[in-house]
Amino acid sequence: MSIRHYALAALASALFAGSAVAKDYELLNVSYDPTRELYQDYNAEFVNFWKKSHPDDKVDIKQSHGGSGKQGRAVIDGLRADVVTLALAGDIDEIAKLGKTLPENWQTKLPDASTPYTSTIVFLVRKGNPKGIHDWNDLIKDGVSVITPNPKTSGGARWNFLAAWAYGLKANGGDEAKAKQYIQTLFKHVPVLDTGARGSTITFVNNGQGDVLLAWENEAYLALKEDGGKDKFDIVVPSVSILAEPPVAVVEKNAEKKGNAEIAEAYLKHLYSKEGQEIAAKNFYRPRDKDVAAQYAKQFQEVKSLATIDKDFGGWKTAQPKFFNDGGVFDQIYQAQ
Amino acid sequence: MSRRISPVIPGFGLTLGYTVVYLSLIVLIPLAVMFVHAAQLTFEQFWAIISSPRTLAALRLSFGTALCAAIINGIIGTLLAWVLVRYTFPGRKIIDAMIDLPFALPTAVAGIALTALYTPNGLVGQFAESLGFKIAYTPLGITLALTFVTLPFVVRTVQPVLADIPREVEEAAACLGAKPLQVFRHILAPALLPAWLTGFALAFARGVGEYGSVIFIAGNMPMKTEILPLLIMVKLDQYDYTGATAIGVMMLVVSFILLLLINLLQRRIETP
Repeated sequence: MSIRHYALAALASALFAGSAVAKDYELLNVSYDPTRELYQDYNAEFVNFWKKSHPDDKVDIKQSHGGSGKQGRAVIDGLRADVVTLALAGDIDEIAKLGKTLPENWQTKLPDASTPYTSTIVFLVRKGNPKGIHDWNDLIKDGVSVITPNPKTSGGARWNFLAAWAYGLKANGGDEAKAKQYIQTLFKHVPVLDTGARGSTITFVNNGQGDVLLAWENEAYLALKEDGGKDKFDIVVPSVSILAEPPVAVVEKNAEKKGNAEIAEAYLKHLYSKEGQEIAAKNFYRPRDKDVAAQYAKQFQEVKSLATIDKDFGGWKTAQPKFFNDGGVFDQIYQAQ
Repeated sequence: MSRRISPVIPGFGLTLGYTVVYLSLIVLIPLAVMFVHAAQLTFEQFWAIISSPRTLAALRLSFGTALCAAIINGIIGTLLAWVLVRYTFPGRKIIDAMIDLPFALPTAVAGIALTALYTPNGLVGQFAESLGFKIAYTPLGITLALTFVTLPFVVRTVQPVLADIPREVEEAAACLGAKPLQVFRHILAPALLPAWLTGFALAFARGVGEYGSVIFIAGNMPMKTEILPLLIMVKLDQYDYTGATAIGVMMLVVSFILLLLINLLQRRIETP
């Protein structure tokens, strides 16, 4: 009995006795839909990076993808994620509030409000742009049909909606009532509201519905990259858009329980390194790092006016209830029809 | 315990106990948790959620399309079962096996395939478009997806009963001068009806709750083509767990009442 105790204690101390001893890590990154390719590349890079300083460690990184809200719920309901990399800060806020597995001020833990890369919302149109779509006001012309997912169920669709709202405000000198009118007209041109960004891409690309797809910039480039995509579609960058900021955070309680606190933090911090930023840029996310951004400047077209969620919408804590919760602006425009 | 009742088949206590434990673990406890969750709402809040115009529109759509799909399958499914039981023809075994395919296929795959087929540019959808109506992104598309998914229920419940009715019974009736319709009305229908109702109820219940295959073809427009399960997903995406369970509870209660009615109807038919 006592010998067994000693043996267990010895084993435990061997396992936890600092970095000199090799460790086995299994890290779970819970992310949203379009980051699949990004994190496949990044995980390989991170394992290499970690092995340089910890040559004997075994690192196994698992990724999980799905709609941002659904993933957030899974973590609240007990999915043991070490890090979350979701589409909007609002979803991580809910994990902090309902799951209590990370502090409410999680967004201050990493640089740039914990968003190592950004994206924006662009238009994907049919080759040659037959309907002559150049900016948001072209979307409400007669006979133009717009594909966007449902903002109630899709994180990406919320960015789309807010980008359109930012245009509506700017075009009408900040008049909210007129912005709402613009949005209402815009959604009359939307024939289908898929539940997720990938669903909308299927509707537009495979089923041939609509003239314009409102999409994440990285999704739009991905559609071009797929075989034959370049011959079928063009990307149009509107004059006004929104800086989409998909944040990352360590789910501290989970990481501590699994003994992954240190590596989980390193995993997210390495996203900000030159190597991490380059992988983001290669996957069509806009890097935060100035040098890497300059290097990939040709890849991304400039948007004249970029709204941000914190400056222009008062953060997700204000925007979510105002626009997307029950009775919010999105519900109102459908109730009024 | 009591010696007065001595059933022929032993083990009543054991089997009933097992049934109760099993049902509790698998069905009753999860459902009870849902009711407990919904009980966090006051009655006014609960009522406000389930009587909002959007919920009611979804309710009409979900139960309406499920009912249509169940009726269509009730008719076509019986016909299919009839053909498969009464006739032998080359390829019968293959067709018989195909009936179950909608069960085996992941519903999302079925949804994507059906949508691709029935959109205005799709293989079938373009003909509908040229005739001036749309299939995908309308209640018609939803009904179609539900018909596809619930096809096996009626066929598989009616088939064995039909196989048990000897062909000679029908032939005897015909010999005695009954017309085909009379044979169906007086010989087949009474024997088939209980099984048929079971199949109908299963198809209907499954249709009401179906999400995966419908969500791609529905279009999901608020007030028009938004099904109840989607409304639950919408609530969940706002982290409104109680609101979602409120709609869930309402669906459950309505479905339960309808299924109970069908059961009672069955009882009446079986014991005239």
